[in-house]
Amino acid sequence: MTTKKIKSDTEFWQGNEACAEGAITAGCRFFAGYPITPSSEIAEHLALRLPQVGGIAIQMEDELASLGAVIGASCAGAKSMTATSGPGFSLMQENIGYAFMTEAPCVIVDVQRAGPATGQATKCGQGDVMQARWGTHGDYAAIVLSPNSVQEMFDMTIRAFNLAEKFRTPVVLLADEVIAHMREKIVLPPLDKVEIVNRRKPKPNEKAFFGLEDVPSMPSFGEGFNITVTGSTHDEYGIRATADPVIHRKLVERLVGKILRNVDEIVDYESYNVDKCNVGIISYGCTSRSVYETTELAEKEGIDAGLIRLKTIWPFPEKIVKKMTKNAKVVFVPEMNLRQIFYEVQRVVGDTVPIVPVNKIGGGEMITPEELLSEIEKETR
Amino acid sequence: MKKKVSETGIKKFMRDIPLPFCPGCGDVTVMSSFLRAVQELGYDSLSKFVFCSGIGCAAWIPSPHFIADTIHTTHGRSIPVATGVKLIRPDLNVVVFGGDGDLTGIGLSHLIHAARRNVDITVVMVNNMIYGMTGGQVAPTTPLKAKTTTTPYGNYERPIDATRLVVAAGASYAARWTTAHAEQLKEAMKKGLGIRGFAFVEAVSHCPTAFGRRVGLKTIVNILDWLKENSVPIENTAKMAEKDLEGKIVIGEFVHRRSPTFTESVYAIIEEAKKSVKTS
Repeated sequence: MTTKKIKSDTEFWQGNEACAEGAITAGCRFFAGYPITPSSEIAEHLALRLPQVGGIAIQMEDELASLGAVIGASCAGAKSMTATSGPGFSLMQENIGYAFMTEAPCVIVDVQRAGPATGQATKCGQGDVMQARWGTHGDYAAIVLSPNSVQEMFDMTIRAFNLAEKFRTPVVLLADEVIAHMREKIVLPPLDKVEIVNRRKPKPNEKAFFGLEDVPSMPSFGEGFNITVTGSTHDEYGIRATADPVIHRKLVERLVGKILRNVDEIVDYESYNVDKCNVGIISYGCTSRSVYETTELAEKEGIDAGLIRLKTIWPFPEKIVKKMTKNAKVVFVPEMNLRQIFYEVQRVVGDTVPIVPVNKIGGGEMITPEELLSEIEKETR
Repeated sequence: MKKKVSETGIKKFMRDIPLPFCPGCGDVTVMSSFLRAVQELGYDSLSKFVFCSGIGCAAWIPSPHFIADTIHTTHGRSIPVATGVKLIRPDLNVVVFGGDGDLTGIGLSHLIHAARRNVDITVVMVNNMIYGMTGGQVAPTTPLKAKTTTTPYGNYERPIDATRLVVAAGASYAARWTTAHAEQLKEAMKKGLGIRGFAFVEAVSHCPTAFGRRVGLKTIVNILDWLKENSVPIENTAKMAEKDLEGKIVIGEFVHRRSPTFTESVYAIIEEAKKSVKTS
């Protein structure tokens, strides 16, 4: 494999490769992971490329250790990342909650495959959507991004790092096997045009790194701040408070609140004809690529279709979904699982309009534009 | 003659927060041995240290009591976290404190792999032979036949020998002492902190609350006497039969050797990779 240098140019890359290069562009200098299909190319590419830019890519003994090392590296000052798939993502859940509780910025890439359990390791699925939201125990607010192209594997990895650094929280890039393994054209932006966010560093005399502000400043280990990091409930100074009700409430409400209070900044989506459509379609990830064509086919048949493509899955883009359902007579939610985002749409819109799930799992078979169209025809005829 | 370090000498390393340990806890002995080791090595502060610890009583030795950067991780994962810290800041002394449950139960694979990689960290394992914090359940280190809250008829599993395990896995330094050997423990910690590579110091410790009182060792003195009587210096083991060593605590220095450390290897790769970019 030859080494590649990023230049402002057009490339023909694999999704996982684009993710790895996006991470390097974002400033990631530490990767720890454990091999798992269909995410392994991210680890392989970073093992080659990170040392070239002075970074470190290591393979750990399992996914628990991988995210552990990522958290340690993050606290030591490095932008850090791991990549995995469903089974590994399950193993990481405890440490995801830990990163959330300790406000250790990091990026976790989950390239979804067909689950549960070992499932179909090489085949695409979208079954980790709710796990990404609720997988860790206790109260939690997730930031989860969903790319649908090789270009977005690059761009959204950068955004994932920016959000992680800005809000001091773990961010999940929830990709899927199709997006991660396909190759397509990608346009690399000039490096000086890429927005890079770095964690806010403290002033020399600061002492509270866990809560006087929504997102506190973050010193690194070895800078003389004597930071006390703990996954136990802690006060603004990091001192453990294992029984105090007020300290617990204050901490966890702030951790959840710092994300929910910034929903408008975090949420991102693509939409088409949302204001006027009769038939709405809400999708994300690889499935959304079929939906573009479905919309075109539907319009040719005189169906007034509109779409929302979720680029941020969590926090859920409620406002645009509500907007769509003001006019739409019916909303379709196609996904490669047995109903996950469907329930979230239902929660947001209640029974104001019928929500129709369109689901397909197994063998990595995608929902085709024709299949979705026939579901739409059935409902609208 | 060596200058004796008073207890007040090590207080400068500690936050003014009450210690959470039960009366008579062995963790205090380990804590004091460690801080005296640091003091005798000539450190005025812990500013060049990062302490990583998991879950359990021993994890509370550094966190938040040491005036230093401390990270109190998920159960069993202190060593991976320490690995990440050390790779990013090879200039800092990264020290792991953990109990036998944390390091040889839930986190055992990380202990073996860190020794295998020769990660340049010092691991202090406080082996009280029990899950103390949760109320005295059987641990991978509990002696055969010992009664615990989850082995009311006596422990039917053989205990693990963590020190021999890390030696086999490739540790650069490994020693075991007990809390009845505080001075030797301190010397071992000094050596461990001084070497390059993976250093492991096991402190077989007394837990009067969750272990001693259930196995008929009611007072701290009883337990310390038992630790002393059951200890066999490693030099004496060669001429002993295997059955005579059953249930004994082998103490002393098990290994002290130099081999490439993880940090050295990883940073050598970075230099090589950078060159490959320049020449291509």
